[in-house]
Amino acid sequence: MYKNIKFDIDGDGIATLAIDLENQSMNVWNASLIEEFEAAVDKVLGDDKIIGAVVTSAKDSGFLAGADLRMLGDSGANPGVADAYKAAFNLNRILRKMETGGKAAKALVKGETTKPFAAAVNGLALGGGFELALACHYRVASDSPKVKFGFPEVQVGLLPGAGGTQRTPRLAGIQNALQLCTSGKPIDAAKTKAQNLIDEIVPHAEVVAKAKEWVKANPKTKAPWDNKGFKFPGGQGAMDPRVVPVFAGAAALAQKMTNHNYPAVQKILSCVYEGSIVPFDTAIKLESKYFTTLLMSAQTQNMIRTLFINKQAAEKGMARPKSVPKLDLNKIGVLGAGMMGAGIAYVAAKAGMDVVLLDRDEASAEKGKDYSRKLNEKGISRGKLSKEKSDAMLAKIKTTIDYNDLKDVDLIIEAVFEDPQVKKDVIEKTEAVIGKDVVFASNTSTIPITSLAKNSSRPENFIGIHFFSPVDKMPLVEIIPGQQSGDLPLAAALDFVGKIKKTPIVVSDTRGFYANSVVMPYLNEAMLMVKEGINPALIDNCAVHMGMPIGPLALSDETSQELGLRIMKSAQEEMGDKYQPTGTEDLLEKFVNELGRKGRKSGGGFYDYPEGGKKHLWPELSKHFPLAENQPSPEEVKERLLYCQLVAVARCYAANVVHDPASADLGAIFGWGFAPWTGGPMSHIDTIGADMFVETADRLAKKHGERFAPPELFREKAKSGEKFYKAA
Amino acid sequence: MGEAYIYDAVRTPRGKGKPDGSLHEITPVELAAQVLKAIRDRNDLDTANIDDVLLGCVMPVGEQGSDIARAAVLQADYAQTVAGVHINRFCASALESINLAAAKVMAGEADMAIGGGVESMSRVPMGSDGGAMISDPQVTFKNYVVPQGISADIIATKYGISRDDADAYAVESQKRAAQSWKEQRFKNSIVPIKDVMGEVVLDHDETVRPDTDMQGLGGLNPAFAMMGEGMGFDAVAIQKYPELEAINHVHHAGNSSGIVDGAAGVLIGSKEMGERLGLKPRAKIRAMASIGSEPTIMLTGPEFVTEKILKRAGMSKKDIELWELNEAFASVVLRYMQAFDIAHDEINVCGGAIAMGHPMGATGAMILGTALDEIERTDKANALVTLCIGAGMGTATIIERV
Repeated sequence: MYKNIKFDIDGDGIATLAIDLENQSMNVWNASLIEEFEAAVDKVLGDDKIIGAVVTSAKDSGFLAGADLRMLGDSGANPGVADAYKAAFNLNRILRKMETGGKAAKALVKGETTKPFAAAVNGLALGGGFELALACHYRVASDSPKVKFGFPEVQVGLLPGAGGTQRTPRLAGIQNALQLCTSGKPIDAAKTKAQNLIDEIVPHAEVVAKAKEWVKANPKTKAPWDNKGFKFPGGQGAMDPRVVPVFAGAAALAQKMTNHNYPAVQKILSCVYEGSIVPFDTAIKLESKYFTTLLMSAQTQNMIRTLFINKQAAEKGMARPKSVPKLDLNKIGVLGAGMMGAGIAYVAAKAGMDVVLLDRDEASAEKGKDYSRKLNEKGISRGKLSKEKSDAMLAKIKTTIDYNDLKDVDLIIEAVFEDPQVKKDVIEKTEAVIGKDVVFASNTSTIPITSLAKNSSRPENFIGIHFFSPVDKMPLVEIIPGQQSGDLPLAAALDFVGKIKKTPIVVSDTRGFYANSVVMPYLNEAMLMVKEGINPALIDNCAVHMGMPIGPLALSDETSQELGLRIMKSAQEEMGDKYQPTGTEDLLEKFVNELGRKGRKSGGGFYDYPEGGKKHLWPELSKHFPLAENQPSPEEVKERLLYCQLVAVARCYAANVVHDPASADLGAIFGWGFAPWTGGPMSHIDTIGADMFVETADRLAKKHGERFAPPELFREKAKSGEKFYKAA
Repeated sequence: MGEAYIYDAVRTPRGKGKPDGSLHEITPVELAAQVLKAIRDRNDLDTANIDDVLLGCVMPVGEQGSDIARAAVLQADYAQTVAGVHINRFCASALESINLAAAKVMAGEADMAIGGGVESMSRVPMGSDGGAMISDPQVTFKNYVVPQGISADIIATKYGISRDDADAYAVESQKRAAQSWKEQRFKNSIVPIKDVMGEVVLDHDETVRPDTDMQGLGGLNPAFAMMGEGMGFDAVAIQKYPELEAINHVHHAGNSSGIVDGAAGVLIGSKEMGERLGLKPRAKIRAMASIGSEPTIMLTGPEFVTEKILKRAGMSKKDIELWELNEAFASVVLRYMQAFDIAHDEINVCGGAIAMGHPMGATGAMILGTALDEIERTDKANALVTLCIGAGMGTATIIERV
């Protein structure tokens, strides 16, 4: 009868609705399931032989993991608000029908009851899955550690839109509800129960039986908020003066976290605030209205596309050549135990691989392993890691100075000093011992892969895997095939990145690859602003306010002025007459050679970093770079900081450094933290329109220099009106 | 347009706004009623000649709710025909009540009216009324709403006012208040408050600390640092003022206005009605104005309303002989002095709310009364009275002796 629900009725007249979405590994709400679920609810309510129902999952993978974001991604294309609202309210309406038995709230308040629905939560219950459970009259959860509850909607610019923002505060109180709905972070069953969001935790095998027990014992029921005199835990809704500080505080924290870039967070607060003043049936309509405004926004569509759909595709190896079978990467060799090598060894061992960590002397190799030891100690002290697991993980990292220890590795990642001669030596010594089908990947950031591959006897097995520092924190990895790289190294690189759960993009073998080709002009722009006398606090605040994780001046300190100067010098040497000055050369020289401010770790940079205190701008900065009398508006500063990145991305895309809009967006967000609310620079250009982008870039080029001039390809798009992303 | 004259101004002493304050046992309606009775008795008024009583009150809920002005009129045994209306313009409520009373007289709608206010902060604490401005996420997000203390600290940061500047101002306020009491400058205005037995419970401002010094204030922790840094309000402030690297938290209980209980009223009428009742006008209302200003920094409204009222009055800064600006926070006054280049000995010369307290709904009438007494005592021609206001507003009145 149903394709997605296993519907049984037992001898006691209790129905079981076991959700089992057809052709999917995980249950999610899609149009087909929603339709069938309503029919099943109607059946339970309409059949006199059925006394109540248990809702559960027939899949081991979880209870129900939310809405099918692909469906939501499409529905934004609906033209009319009214239609979009109707679609958005559908699940809310059905869940409310399950809760009330289709009866009017007034009748329930006067004493009528309905048939019981109990949720038997036997796995992950996220988003719409959590909401399904909350709409049931009773919730039993399995004691399996896999059982988690949460509302991840906010991470793609949405809000819990099937009653989540209404039932949660009515059960758990306003403060808990705001935390759950705005953080997006799941909580375990024990915490969920402590917040009154589930009723019972029972052994995994008994979860359905216990739910049935409750149904049998409670044949007439209704939701707490359909009782007369219902009160919110901890204060009667937003009109209670005791709740005012909760909203005032939550709004401030939310603004601090989002910098006004994520409307979903404000709208979640509004759903809870306004919803706590009005009756439940009005409240869920409001929730669906707020949901509709988000779903119809370009921002949410961009976030869903980049942060969910395209991210998943990239991590599943979208760019992987299908001709190569999945590789067994159980043991890897890491050459060089410096900062990068140490970090790569850590993430590989953490992902369960054996690591041979090689350096010139034992002390250096051990020092590289110390990085893992320190991170593990931190994990243990925070209770996130057990001593046993830490020991097992550390045992996987074998330090050595002997190339022979590399003989049985499945992949080499080289992270030695950025000197062509050193690299050549290491490549030759390594290839002498490793198997001939073992891929050699170099983590160079400055030397072209094709020229490095010339040192290899097997250039077809040679590739670049560019990690960002610190490796354990940075989610992006750039994969750079050289001219002679075959399918094998690309497959190996993607398989490795998949194992360490990072996001890969494939880019061209050009100077700086993709991410650094954009970060450099961005940092330079901020330094030029300092030279112009623009208030440094304004520069960094504007960057943070437009969604960057830290300001560009603070980022310059992190990457260090010393490295900036070195990169600039080597570019000068390499390019000779073709070198195009950035205008920041003198500033870097001054910082490094005159002022001794070489970066955060050596003497400070734009900021001072007092031990144990908060960083603050170097007080003498304005002596060397006096503030201009007329300061630009925050909007002007933001525009410059945004467009220096957009134009650099556009140039990379036009020059095929990065091959598709999805990779450009993923690389931007996960590589250098480009404002995630945009869905990435290419999504942003599509949203504002190529014509607007070109017009603004031209205006900035006129005012500030040719570095803002947009590439020809974008002028063409501006004329044709074509988008970079094809409609889904 | 007619003219509006001030015939009298009285106030209660200000009691500490805590359960151990002397006025805590007095209901707010009784505070207001005793003020109204004093105005009647001092002037030997037939209250049937009063058309309306306008009382400011910032927390109009609970026992201050339901139009406390009308309740006070009835409790004071005024003629039944006297109407009452409650006004809320936050901290300038009483000054706004006076301005509206004057406007009624000028417009010919009333011949005689009372403007004033009442606030028992010990009995109906701040925050009792909720409100969209501080709790509705649609409003708080859109307007980058921060608590007033954070706003005062934004002013200090933006205009370079240091903790020492603020503390020095506070020390002087305490000195001036103590000196004023010593010289009995408030004698003509104070209405001692009596309890249910008719015994006086308070006849002086309870929170003045004449021995306040820099060292003592220096020991106080900034009151809004935790709220700013821990709860996210500093970040919100910087989102609005990105030119600031961090907020310098300079304010604390010692350089901010005190929480107190009190009430005040000002008798305003036309020239004709005054003559008919044999009253001598003490001053006239020369000009009135209110204005909205940027709501995050919130408390800079006095600067802009001053520009507006001077323009409306056809006056310039030089024409004003005495300045009275409510001492909500030290930085509010220091910034105002900076903006208009006003010397400290021309402003708040009798001390202010930092020493004597700020009973929110009543303060505007209290400081107007203080300014009136002071221009009479020192034989000055006029005074400009103004207050900063929540949500970014300013209200001002220029009074002129006749």
